Amino acid sequence: MSPKKARGLLLHGVLIAGTILALFPFYWMVVMATNSTADIYRFPPKLTFGSQLITNLRNVLDSIDFFGSMLNTLLVAGTTTLLVLFFDSLAAFAFAKYDFPGRRALFAVLIGTFFLPVGLAVIPQFVIMVELGWVGSLRALIIPAAANAFGIFFLRQYIQNAIPDSVLDAARLDGAGFFRQFVSVVLPIIRPGLAFLGIYTFIAAWNDFIWPLVVLVNPDQVTLQVALQQLNGVHGTDYSRIMAGALLSVLPLIVMFLIFARNFVSDLAKGAVRE
Amino acid sequence: MTLSRTAAPAAPRTRPRVRPHRAPERRRRGFLAYWPQYLAISPFYILFAVFGLAPLLFSFYLAFQRWDGIGEMQFAGLDNFQYLISDDVFWLSLWNTLLIWVLSTVPTLCLALVLAVLLNSVKRFKAFYRMAFFIPNITSTVAISIFFGALFATNYGLVNAALKAVGLPEVAWLQNTWGIKIVIAVLTVWQWTGYNAIIYLAGLQTISSDLYEQAKVDGANAVQLFFHITLPLLRPIILFTVVLSTIGGLQTFTEPKVLLGDTAGTGQSGLTMVFYFYRQAFSHNDYGYGAAIAMVVLLVVALFTILNWALVQRGEGGRARR
Repeated sequence: MSPKKARGLLLHGVLIAGTILALFPFYWMVVMATNSTADIYRFPPKLTFGSQLITNLRNVLDSIDFFGSMLNTLLVAGTTTLLVLFFDSLAAFAFAKYDFPGRRALFAVLIGTFFLPVGLAVIPQFVIMVELGWVGSLRALIIPAAANAFGIFFLRQYIQNAIPDSVLDAARLDGAGFFRQFVSVVLPIIRPGLAFLGIYTFIAAWNDFIWPLVVLVNPDQVTLQVALQQLNGVHGTDYSRIMAGALLSVLPLIVMFLIFARNFVSDLAKGAVRE
Repeated sequence: MTLSRTAAPAAPRTRPRVRPHRAPERRRRGFLAYWPQYLAISPFYILFAVFGLAPLLFSFYLAFQRWDGIGEMQFAGLDNFQYLISDDVFWLSLWNTLLIWVLSTVPTLCLALVLAVLLNSVKRFKAFYRMAFFIPNITSTVAISIFFGALFATNYGLVNAALKAVGLPEVAWLQNTWGIKIVIAVLTVWQWTGYNAIIYLAGLQTISSDLYEQAKVDGANAVQLFFHITLPLLRPIILFTVVLSTIGGLQTFTEPKVLLGDTAGTGQSGLTMVFYFYRQAFSHNDYGYGAAIAMVVLLVVALFTILNWALVQRGEGGRARR
């Protein structure tokens, strides 16, 4: 075997070992979710799938309102994503293609917010929600997240790269104003960028934990992550039930990710290095 | 891992270049002529002002008050901060946070760099590897913290079963001050290595292969190539990941909260600063003191961010960055 070939094999060997480490927890999660707790507690542990999945899932549905919290989470993540896509792309278009007074300063402020841990202001944020009467309402999760700096930053770069000025000039000659250009020229072209930002926003909203934990005070209004941690608190030793719940909560995201993954990963990377 | 996972995964490589290539709008006009643009950007600034900046300022005000959330606020002056300085639990939480941060950030970023270099030199299955290494990052920290709790359980966890199988003694991972921190660190490394590797990989792909060819002609070996070309050229991206990991790591909360519950484990060894903040504010209704803790956390985050920046900049060895 040539040294070059040997190096290639070694390289793939290391990467495959890494892949196994990265994916093993999901395998083990399924193992626990399909076995009875008694089987999990055996020594040596059972390393293969069992037949108890249905029983375990039924236990999950008996202990928490799984579908209710899933519906809440879907509602929050879905609405947030749509609002973010709309508001962020509008703002990104303005920043990318118009030279209005104060633009530089405003954009610098926007970048600056990346570095502010505003999550630490959760006490006053809670107080504001009390004042608005939004405590215990999904609005408290959706509205504050309806536009964000990262999305504007990302889409601005995207628009700069994807939309030539000449196209906009042509639209302008036809009498299209700002919003008309946005709808008929910009939106159709930036669809791939919107897809990335959409998935990214959806994942973040789906996984959010501390803010829902603080602001959703009614037990019937919790999101999936909060419900899951309640399940863990009450059934801390009933691993097969808890893992069945955990599996149910991560599966939809993984499926969604696998469908869109190819572009998602490279778009994220591009966002980091492009100037 | 952080309070706000929406924290940007991407930032400008150098100072953001604000001016677009060529703004089609060339004639200078007054403010009013640009009302559609101001309208378009206003949602972000309004939401940020109401739900970000105003609460932050209010937090600062609150840190000087005594307040249980229901009754009247009472001006407390520096009382909250004075108490904080003498509060052993706060110092413990600071110590815990820093330890967990170092234990998780250093391995994460080093492993990510190695992984990125490996991924960059591989030709086949590239997309598959990138996807596989990224999946841990999209799973919820709550679910994965529960999972790690089971994995590291003393009597029935797989990790201890493996130790036992090779004849090593079991470790009471989650009943032990160091064990708790190690479990949180391992969890973080698992969740964030792939993410950072993808960022580094994108940086590596911008480095021209001519540089490497040239250096190879000059007789440089792989290690020299890494330290003299890869590392210096990746510096801005490394700085970016270090800063983001710091901002995130110093706000660790979800992992210990889910793994250990409100007690924060044996000797409160999983009590991070944000966890302590959360407990004082929302379990003990001590909002004034909670706000004071939040302000100190903010200060610590700012301090470390600046420190990171200075260290990485100085590491450039005086070579001017254009």
